[in-house]
Amino acid sequence: MKKIVSFLTAAILLVCALTGCGGSKKAIATDGSTSMNKVISALGEAFQSDTGITVTYNATGSGAGIQAVQEGRCDIGLSSRSLKEDEKASGLEETILAYDGIAIIVNPINPVANLDVETIAKIYTGEITNWKEVGGSDAEIVLIGREAGSGTRDGFESITGTKDKCKYRQELTATGDVITGVASNPNAIGYASFASIKDTVKALTVDGVAPSEETVKDGTYVVQRPFVLVTKKGTALSESAQKFFDYITSEAASEIISNTGVVPAN
Amino acid sequence: MKKNNRLFENIIHGIFLILGLITVGCVLLITVYLILSGIPAVKEIGLIDFIFGKEWASTAAVPKYGILPFILTSVYGTAGAIFIGVPIGFFTAVYLSKFANKKVRAVIEAAINLLAGIPSVVYGLVGMLVLVPAICEIFNVPDGASLLAAIIVLAIMILPNIIKVSVTALDAVPKEYEDASLALGATPTETFFKVSVPAAKSGIAAAVVLGVGRAIGEAMAVMMVAGNVANMPSLFGSVRFLTTAVASEMAYSSPGSLQRNALFSIALVLFLFIMLINATLNFFLKRDKEQ
Amino acid sequence: MNNNRKLYIVCLRGLMIASTALTAALVLFLFGYVLINGIPNITWEFLSTKPSYLTERIGILPDILNTVYIVLATLIVVLPLGVGAAIYLTEYAKNKKIAAMIEYAAETLSGIPSIIYGLVGMLLFSNNFGTSLLAGALTLVIMNLPTVMRTTQESLKTVPQSYREGAFGLGAGKWRVIRTVVLPGCVDGIITGCILSVGRILGESAALLFTAGFAHALNGIFTGLTSPGATLTVALYVYAKEEGEFGVAFAIAAILMVLTLLINLSATLVGKYFAKRRSI
Repeated sequence: MKKIVSFLTAAILLVCALTGCGGSKKAIATDGSTSMNKVISALGEAFQSDTGITVTYNATGSGAGIQAVQEGRCDIGLSSRSLKEDEKASGLEETILAYDGIAIIVNPINPVANLDVETIAKIYTGEITNWKEVGGSDAEIVLIGREAGSGTRDGFESITGTKDKCKYRQELTATGDVITGVASNPNAIGYASFASIKDTVKALTVDGVAPSEETVKDGTYVVQRPFVLVTKKGTALSESAQKFFDYITSEAASEIISNTGVVPAN
Repeated sequence: MKKNNRLFENIIHGIFLILGLITVGCVLLITVYLILSGIPAVKEIGLIDFIFGKEWASTAAVPKYGILPFILTSVYGTAGAIFIGVPIGFFTAVYLSKFANKKVRAVIEAAINLLAGIPSVVYGLVGMLVLVPAICEIFNVPDGASLLAAIIVLAIMILPNIIKVSVTALDAVPKEYEDASLALGATPTETFFKVSVPAAKSGIAAAVVLGVGRAIGEAMAVMMVAGNVANMPSLFGSVRFLTTAVASEMAYSSPGSLQRNALFSIALVLFLFIMLINATLNFFLKRDKEQ
Repeated sequence: MNNNRKLYIVCLRGLMIASTALTAALVLFLFGYVLINGIPNITWEFLSTKPSYLTERIGILPDILNTVYIVLATLIVVLPLGVGAAIYLTEYAKNKKIAAMIEYAAETLSGIPSIIYGLVGMLLFSNNFGTSLLAGALTLVIMNLPTVMRTTQESLKTVPQSYREGAFGLGAGKWRVIRTVVLPGCVDGIITGCILSVGRILGESAALLFTAGFAHALNGIFTGLTSPGATLTVALYVYAKEEGEFGVAFAIAAILMVLTLLINLSATLVGKYFAKRRSI
């Protein structure tokens, strides 16, 4: 019996201790876009091995990341789309970290290798529904896209001018999902961050330009969007968070950034 | 001394009362939070447009917030899962409870417990990699991620619940009933289906309702196989359930936006469904106890 | 016996055997498929390291630790609450209305789907404690409260009334009776409740995604609880969905399957052990 009492006391003490240390802040918290997983994790790892300060990354999505900054729940928010006007008006500031190409992907056995932006738009709005119309085999095109609010979807739809008009067959909630969906269906077409593309799918050339670091950088590959760091205007970052911010926007970090498949802005 | 003792006992009594009431507090808290966060969007959109609107386009330039597709999908999906899962579960339960010998029963019950313990994302994972391509192949449709895939996954997921609760109900049927029927010359099969099953019908009904509750509330497994487009439901079409509507847009919706509030309203609708199901379940369980 | 009757019997028997065989086959298939795809990917390095994006290595040690932390934190909070509520119901509650209300509340809680727990947990806990394992654990506390309560209640019912009366007869106060007679009698219920809760926590994903996040940082228990982190199941979801790493996903699934098997076994064993001790 005594054991139970002491166990309970220990439990209560532990709970108190836990709530007590909720306020302390040692690590740098980042929160947001799932597409930025690779780049921010790699940067965080390098930063940690240099300085010993840990960087946590919470992949919740661009919207949630922006909210987290607003509510002060994280130091730096990550968004894979530019801030909207009303978000800027609410006191948030954006800093572009990198540019990411959005690859248009098909199943590797699909003979189609190139599409222009206009055709892609026609396919996604349902004007073209069969692969044979664009030089492929006679099969219905299966459109795979991302869920509403996704930075990738936002980027893709605004560049191709298909906003609100896409006739998706599947709306998947993650980059990996889209790749899997396209890899497992020979007639599927999808879009996903160029940095995450695996060899289970084939990236199309757009207007004859293949997505790569150079073509994204010089703008010839048109389907691209920015990776944005979101901070609060007028509120200073903590010392360690500022250090991290300076580090990842410096030239020193650009090699790590480009190793993850995206194009550093600085 | 005695007074002290009584005071002490009263304090202890009070502490336990509070511990007991925490459950009630939790239910109230959940209800209040869901209602508070679910009402604003409904007010803004209008109840009729919200519930009966056929189009959901939350991020469009002119956003549309109609959740009829989600409601119907959830209803059809659950009905489909029940349609497939209940007969299989029911016959398995009768077999286990009345026919199987001890060893077979122990092994199969262990297997069913395992089925009940498998995390829903594992169902989703296997469904995504095996079931979806299989549907695409077998039915020769362009894409297998569909209502049908979700129905099959849900049917499998509710099996353990249905079997376990039905077995308990069937086990509780008094042996005298069965003996009487057997003595009158009925075969065991006839006895069990014409005497035991009707005697256990409240318990079996409870099992079905429990299955409905689980099916309508499942999110992760369904999200991985249903395709997730806000279409009106069709068997081979890509569909979105109430649960997946909440789960898929939550992460990306902006704070305080109508989109996010509307997601909370969807959760509220789901919650109302669940409360209705709970009440039905309670009704059957109570009747079962009275019998 | 006429033919119709025979046909009826044969049909029913056939349906029963087919259904049972189908169920058994499903379990076998799921188990086999996951193990075959998962086990080859489990290596010591996989189990004992954290993921590195610089070297592109995947390790699940942080997820294993997060799971342990969240299980511990949840149990520490839910046990006193659940056991206390059960004791109130069986030992104290004279007011039938309050007892019925509590039981109804517990039933309602166990019927609420985890996605709703996730939302409410996000509003209630994550907005106050931040997206963290602690917020996740508190959400799980509410989810598992009915389980612990029910198992404790079941075992309290098996404590013979005569024990209580005997202790009262010796002049013991109510609290003393509970402490010395009732509580030791419901140890098996508490243990079963723990085991079932652990099983539920292991399998939970929807409620944790929005409350505990899905970071893979390697932390000690205190920093771990205050920072976001993925449990094994959440990590499975993230690896399968976000990164398309199915090898990793199946490896985690295989680990979870084996853990589920162990949990079921231990629940059965605990039940048997205490049943035997009682009957002596």
